[in-house]
Amino acid sequence: MAEQFPALIIVVPLIAAFFIPVIGWWKKQLCYPWVVAVLVVTFISSLGIINTIMTTGKFSYRLGGWAPPWGIEYALDYLNAFVLVIVSFISLMVAVYSKKSVEDELPEKTAPFYTLFLLLVAGLLGIVVTGDVFNLFVFLEISSLSCYALIAIGEEGAPIASFNYVIMGTIGACFYLLGVGYLYIATGSLNMADLAVILPNMYHSKIILVAFAFFTVGVMVKGAVFPLHIWMPDAYSTAPSAVSALIAPLMTKVAAYVMIRIMFTIFQPRFSVETVPVMTVLGWLSFIAIFAGGIKALAQTDLKKMLVYILVAEVGYIVMGVSVANKIGLTGAILHILNDAFMMACLFLVVGAISYRIGTRDIHKLHNLNKIMPFTMGAFTITALSMAGIPPACGFFSKWYLILGTIEAGQWAFAAALLCSSLINAVLFFRVIECAYFKPMEPAYANDGGETHMVQRDEAPLTMLVPIVIMAAGIILLGIFSGNIISSIIQFAVPASF
Amino acid sequence: MLDYVIGKYNFWIYAVLMMIGLYAMMGKKNLVKKLIGMNIFQSAIILFYISTGVKTGGATVPILMGHAQEHGHQAIDVAGYLNPLPHVLMLTAIVVSIATTGVALAIIILIYRRYNTLEENEILKIRKDTGV
Amino acid sequence: MDVVCSSRPLWAVLVSMIAAFLILATGEKNRNIRESWTIIAALIKFLIVASMIPLILQGKVIEYTLFTFYPGICLQFRVDAFGMMFGIVASSLWIATSFYSIGYVRSLNEHAQTRYFFAFAMCLSSAIGIAFSANLLTLLIFYEILTIATYPLVAHKETPEAIIGGRKYLVYTLVAGCVLLFAIAMTYYLTGTLDFKAGGFIGEGRGSNGILILLFIMFILGFGVKAGIMPMHEWLPTAMVAPTPVSALLHAVAVVKAGVFGCLRVILYVFGPNLLHDLGLWILLAYFISITVVGAGFLALGQDHLKRRLAFSTINNLAIIILGAILLTKSSMTGGIIHLANHAFMKITLFFCAGAIYVKTHKEYVSQLDGVGRQMPMTMGAFAIGALGLSGLPPINGFISKWFLCLGALEAKQIVFLFVFLTSAMLDAAFFFPIIYNSFFKKLPAGIVPHFDEAPMLMVIPITITALLSIVFGIAPDAFVRFFSIASLAVQNILGAG
Repeated sequence: MAEQFPALIIVVPLIAAFFIPVIGWWKKQLCYPWVVAVLVVTFISSLGIINTIMTTGKFSYRLGGWAPPWGIEYALDYLNAFVLVIVSFISLMVAVYSKKSVEDELPEKTAPFYTLFLLLVAGLLGIVVTGDVFNLFVFLEISSLSCYALIAIGEEGAPIASFNYVIMGTIGACFYLLGVGYLYIATGSLNMADLAVILPNMYHSKIILVAFAFFTVGVMVKGAVFPLHIWMPDAYSTAPSAVSALIAPLMTKVAAYVMIRIMFTIFQPRFSVETVPVMTVLGWLSFIAIFAGGIKALAQTDLKKMLVYILVAEVGYIVMGVSVANKIGLTGAILHILNDAFMMACLFLVVGAISYRIGTRDIHKLHNLNKIMPFTMGAFTITALSMAGIPPACGFFSKWYLILGTIEAGQWAFAAALLCSSLINAVLFFRVIECAYFKPMEPAYANDGGETHMVQRDEAPLTMLVPIVIMAAGIILLGIFSGNIISSIIQFAVPASF
Repeated sequence: MLDYVIGKYNFWIYAVLMMIGLYAMMGKKNLVKKLIGMNIFQSAIILFYISTGVKTGGATVPILMGHAQEHGHQAIDVAGYLNPLPHVLMLTAIVVSIATTGVALAIIILIYRRYNTLEENEILKIRKDTGV
Repeated sequence: MDVVCSSRPLWAVLVSMIAAFLILATGEKNRNIRESWTIIAALIKFLIVASMIPLILQGKVIEYTLFTFYPGICLQFRVDAFGMMFGIVASSLWIATSFYSIGYVRSLNEHAQTRYFFAFAMCLSSAIGIAFSANLLTLLIFYEILTIATYPLVAHKETPEAIIGGRKYLVYTLVAGCVLLFAIAMTYYLTGTLDFKAGGFIGEGRGSNGILILLFIMFILGFGVKAGIMPMHEWLPTAMVAPTPVSALLHAVAVVKAGVFGCLRVILYVFGPNLLHDLGLWILLAYFISITVVGAGFLALGQDHLKRRLAFSTINNLAIIILGAILLTKSSMTGGIIHLANHAFMKITLFFCAGAIYVKTHKEYVSQLDGVGRQMPMTMGAFAIGALGLSGLPPINGFISKWFLCLGALEAKQIVFLFVFLTSAMLDAAFFFPIIYNSFFKKLPAGIVPHFDEAPMLMVIPITITALLSIVFGIAPDAFVRFFSIASLAVQNILGAG
């Protein structure tokens, strides 16, 4: 059974997605349980995969039984098993959450929504699981296409944001495809492991350099790495809340994973670091990203927009960890993929719940929210503290390793940027917390009859609240057990060449 | 120099096509023109792949005949066969590009319904006027 | 040095954290049950801490490792003599503060009491965590929790001033936290360990002198903010908008003491006397701190708001503690460490008195206090004891510590600092005596006859007890919890190792 998991994790959501229109046509209410059940299966598969890897080591799955350099291989090691668990867990949580928000925001489109939702998840899982560079492109496009459509059904302004995303995303994907083409011309292989063996002899070749450049730019577009993030703020902030809660944490993280794969598995660190100055460039870009994202976020009054700009900075964190190219920095980057996925998912879920209940996302209108939605705000506060790097929430620990990594690389400016960014995050989130906890009720709201100053508790519905609380608890637990996660998974996920 | 250009003409054509597409995507204001630019861009890449698979001198499609196992041991005349892989990859890429075009067209319809125009600057103006 | 493995330090930390969540769960409706959690936790905590004293006095060290984050970095508790000192002070004064808080918030009918008691318990939990930390990272974790847990207390009143005070507090402390994080990461990079060691663990040759000096400055900046070293003291007077028990907690029990504790840990357990002597840093810091000692005294003279005056007195006394430690002689260190406890008892008395006066008369300014002594003789009597003690009069405990500090200045052959100590004692007298005089002896305008009208018993009893304890510790410094023995043991360890 265990050796079938890599196939199951893709095939189950992919096939299940095509059943949804049928199910929706027959009985609309069944779509939701169907999606949740499918994602439970994928989550179990991902646990099965990581369990197999932790007990017996890395393994691969040959699609259709063809041997690796020719056939498509699903190669599983610690790194992608780790990302698989993140992707499948968060998509499960968002699926559980989506019930009420989809009923509220897209009442007529439940079945198409869930179809695309599952396709998106299948695409993301496929990107992570595959060991073949062209197959990766296909999955990248599966996830992107469903993403375009999901964003387009959002609120006012979503179609135009989505169209811009289509243009930018296609450029990114095409660049990636070109990179694949050049590598294929030079090596005649599409298999990652095979490429890793062939390439070291050709590092001087210009073709390889061009391929590497196309790969880097393509992935940067997909992962919204500064300055190629311009499509992202509009697209993510206008998408329906269940969609942004899914794509904001996952799309960027999966792209970061692809970046690590390309730079440290397909190419050796020796090439990525020494032959081309890409690491320096990436490091300084992420340096700017951290500040630019933070400052843009400060200028927002819409909570969701603010989060989106913070995401730009968070992507900067991960890229910075990759760019210092040492073991501890990369540990930080991989840990931050996990932590930031949790934090971002939790924040977007909370924002969705707030706009579901209160009907606004303006941070100045969230007075007394702690009385109306105590649990949601509790989760928000925990996540906010984590973003500001307050231990024992998980954000602190990834920041700790990232800072150690930058110090080891002798990049003082990067370390300073990471520290400044946690301060900016603190300002950003305490602005909201202050408003929600400490600002008295505005008279305009309190004046219903002049007597009733007590605010009614009106917590988000259970299907929304449970995922939020689980994510918030996860943030604390991930922080406390970060040592275990590193010693049992991440230290093996860091490419062995370090 | 000229030999260099002519000798690798397929690459030059694809590079020029790609730039045309890129220009249309970035420079044009009309959304449909952008989309057409995107299509040119994708086609350029498809042509690039296909052109890498070209072999002159009567090379043909490698069709696996019945007793593949027996022939496996014989030396195969490499010059006699095309590498089919770029073509196969491009079949997939064409599907992807068609799907992208479809999604983009659907989005354009959505935009047109909402704003009654497909000029980017007019849409921006409408959005500004309505205060979004 | 014998090491005993025991989970008692962990429980000492956890007990109030558990209580905090019980408080949150109990809520506003069952006030008496909620308050009993506070009291029970305070008592249990004190008993746990006190139960470890005999072991410590035998020269043993209690250790407990909770998690390993990364090779060389653990979440670890270690109770040594110095940590014990802070642990006892914090846990014993929490009992007094708990009773007092209950009296205070009920008399004033404060809002959001659940949040208040929750944050209070979290503060204490982290204070004990700081006391018992075995390494810099554990210390930082609890230090940051303390920062966050104090924020709702500072902003408790929810008035614009309170919110601004809270903001200011956060800005100062979070920036300091970032500087600390960086300094700690640097230390780890240079030495590969973060474990405290009596006499210091950063040996020479770990980095160039320039780097070590920079590191020391960063540490002092980081901890100095909470310790109110000038010019980073500005938040402390502003935070006086908080309810009085919070000020008492800030000043005497947890927050600023945590800052001082951190400074002393860095001076004595990270760098160590030898290294500081070799680098010549001690004399620089000593002069720098002297500015605060004298400056805060003068600034206190100009304050009319009673609590602000007390705040500057705190800044003055904290600086004295650090000055004692940085003089690096046996007597001065003993004096500094024991002043950590003595100052706590006296200052908490003074704040309790200020709170009692406010509850009863709503007077906040020094100039309004004429005749209060005759209305509230017990409160003002306690106030007089605390004030005299801070001025260094025998037989109150302030005398003991000042005696040792002066001796230490002589031992270090630095007469300048003797004058600094004496000037500060004089200034203490100068800004406290008018209050005592006015409240007891000043003639009131005709027609106003002060009548006996004391604060509620729940407030007066803690005041009396802390005031009496100040005298008891002045006469017998080794009474009950053996402060003196513990302090000398700590100094012995440090000098013995160096």
